[in-house]
Amino acid sequence: MKKTLFDKVWDGHIVQQINQGPDVLFIDRHMVHEVTSPVAFLGLKNRNIKVMCPERTFATADHNTPTINQHLPVQDPLSAKQLAALEQNAKKHEISYWGLGHEKNGIVHVVGPEYGITLPGATIVCGDSHTSTHGAFGAIAFGIGTSEVEMVLSTQCILQPKPKKMRITIKDELQKGVTPKDVALFIISKLTTSGATGHFVEYAGDVFTNMTMEGRMTVCNLSIEMGARGGMIAPDEKTFDFIKGREFTPKEMDWDKAMDYWQDLYTDENAEFDKEFFFDGNEIEPMITFGTNPGMGIGISEFIPIAENVEGGNATYQKSLNYMGYNEGETMIGKEIDFVFLGSCTNGRIEDFRAFTEIVKGKKKADSVTAWLVPGSHKVEKAIEEEGLLDILKESGFELREPGCSACLAMNEDKVPMGKYAVSTSNRNFEGRQGPGSRTLLASPIMAAAAAVTGKVTDPRTLIN
Amino acid sequence: MAYDKFDVLNSTAVPLPIENIDTDQIIPARFLKATERIGFGDNLFRDWRYNSDNSPKEDFVLNNGTYNGKILVGGKNFGSGSSREHAAWAIYDYGFRCVVSSFFADIFRNNCLNIGVLPVKVSSVFLEKTFSLIEENPTETLTIDLPNQTICIDRTNDLEQFEINPYKKNNMINGFDDIDYLLNIKENIKTFSEGTPL
Repeated sequence: MKKTLFDKVWDGHIVQQINQGPDVLFIDRHMVHEVTSPVAFLGLKNRNIKVMCPERTFATADHNTPTINQHLPVQDPLSAKQLAALEQNAKKHEISYWGLGHEKNGIVHVVGPEYGITLPGATIVCGDSHTSTHGAFGAIAFGIGTSEVEMVLSTQCILQPKPKKMRITIKDELQKGVTPKDVALFIISKLTTSGATGHFVEYAGDVFTNMTMEGRMTVCNLSIEMGARGGMIAPDEKTFDFIKGREFTPKEMDWDKAMDYWQDLYTDENAEFDKEFFFDGNEIEPMITFGTNPGMGIGISEFIPIAENVEGGNATYQKSLNYMGYNEGETMIGKEIDFVFLGSCTNGRIEDFRAFTEIVKGKKKADSVTAWLVPGSHKVEKAIEEEGLLDILKESGFELREPGCSACLAMNEDKVPMGKYAVSTSNRNFEGRQGPGSRTLLASPIMAAAAAVTGKVTDPRTLIN
Repeated sequence: MAYDKFDVLNSTAVPLPIENIDTDQIIPARFLKATERIGFGDNLFRDWRYNSDNSPKEDFVLNNGTYNGKILVGGKNFGSGSSREHAAWAIYDYGFRCVVSSFFADIFRNNCLNIGVLPVKVSSVFLEKTFSLIEENPTETLTIDLPNQTICIDRTNDLEQFEINPYKKNNMINGFDDIDYLLNIKENIKTFSEGTPL
């Protein structure tokens, strides 16, 4: 039978199938962070059991960490307690733990690929919906709830019904100034925020083949924002080059054995999908969101849609525009902004900082803008310094913060104030996502850079040299 | 974690006719700092329910006293966004045992099933009718019959079947959780893991 990439990886990880029930799926890598794990560890304690495969489990602190003065004790007592709980749990269960201040610390979905924890053909889970990021390597990676974290800690398996399959093919080339973030926001705007629910997505076509691994991670990261369980891209030479030699990547004989498996990870010709979509890369513009879910995005030259042309309830749409303080039919260009956030598991990698720096180079940050530049990990932070980007950023009036999830979900102090507008490279523009009453415009790193230097929404293509 | 068994639920309901209610609305990130599963109901729909000075927003459905019950009825695509199980915990802790909608986000749906909140997916026609009947008459009761997989508006006798995986249904009726099942096949899992390439 013809199989898709997804079928090959999923079917190869089924320990057993429950009659009329879900599959028992074996998990190769389990990433753990401080927010969604403590209750799961408590469950293990109550059952008096240990983590089954500590060598397959990796813990890092990222969601609830400050992004300044990380060398000092964490001020917020609840956050400090949660971080301490992860450290104690990791120690007790002999799990590798990259806590605050550790040189390998960073956002879970940034450090996984950096250290070769993320591998093609692996099953990867984490108590975080953006686990889909790792699908860029041809892994089946998806977010889970805390009960499921407890399941995987205790048995290295998860009970899941097999999702349906969707393929999104985008051919041709992207225009200048159009980034992987724009591709993802474009797809979500077409499919809506629930358009891929129940499905696992494979991205195919020239646009994805030509993307860097960082770009592929951005796209797969945002799969959840159209409701998909995850997204994946078939591994190729670019993938293998990226992972080779990293700390946790298989070595020597093990590498050869893994390569035998990886070489077969592609969708067979004529394999069937439950749903297919086709787009043309040429038609994608730099994107920006105007509403309160990631599906509410438009090309920068377009206008905020009229309610009657929008699928779904008019009341919900109006509520969203009211929250944002925008009206139907307006252009986004020229809208004043107050904050810029560069970072997150979506766009907190070195390539994103390079792109941002390229735009702001030789210009000055607008006085009216507060900019938070938060690297995804210490490794990214170090590269920013070593590549000389930091000097350029400083010259333009920007500072660099320390790694973490930061203002993406505003669990720490990095909160956008009530009513203020932020152009963010993160993944969600939900009401209050970046702080109570905050208003988020999702965009690419270069759109964020253009906003940072002009103080308003600006087509980044006008600033590209 | 063990939870109360679910069999037949008869209750009034609370309507929330908004689409795409994401888990950040159900419980904002700043309330995820706990290390134990207690007290999340207090912050259910926090920013829709309270002003920034912590005074209740009078017009929000959980504050106006007109509606109450163990069933929450939400608009299409309920529970999208973050995987935080805290959203399902908050709903359970507040006192809801069932969420009715015409469409659920995957992770939220799984989380509910794992902790004893029953997600009932109905047709959009049935959902609209439920909203209008409850809004007209807040004492309208619904009966959710899990063994027979039906939802019924009692007064009008409007009835619809809903789907649930037979394995999950059995778990909910008996209050079982998946970990008990998996621990019983641990030897098979160990054998399987020895043959994996990664």
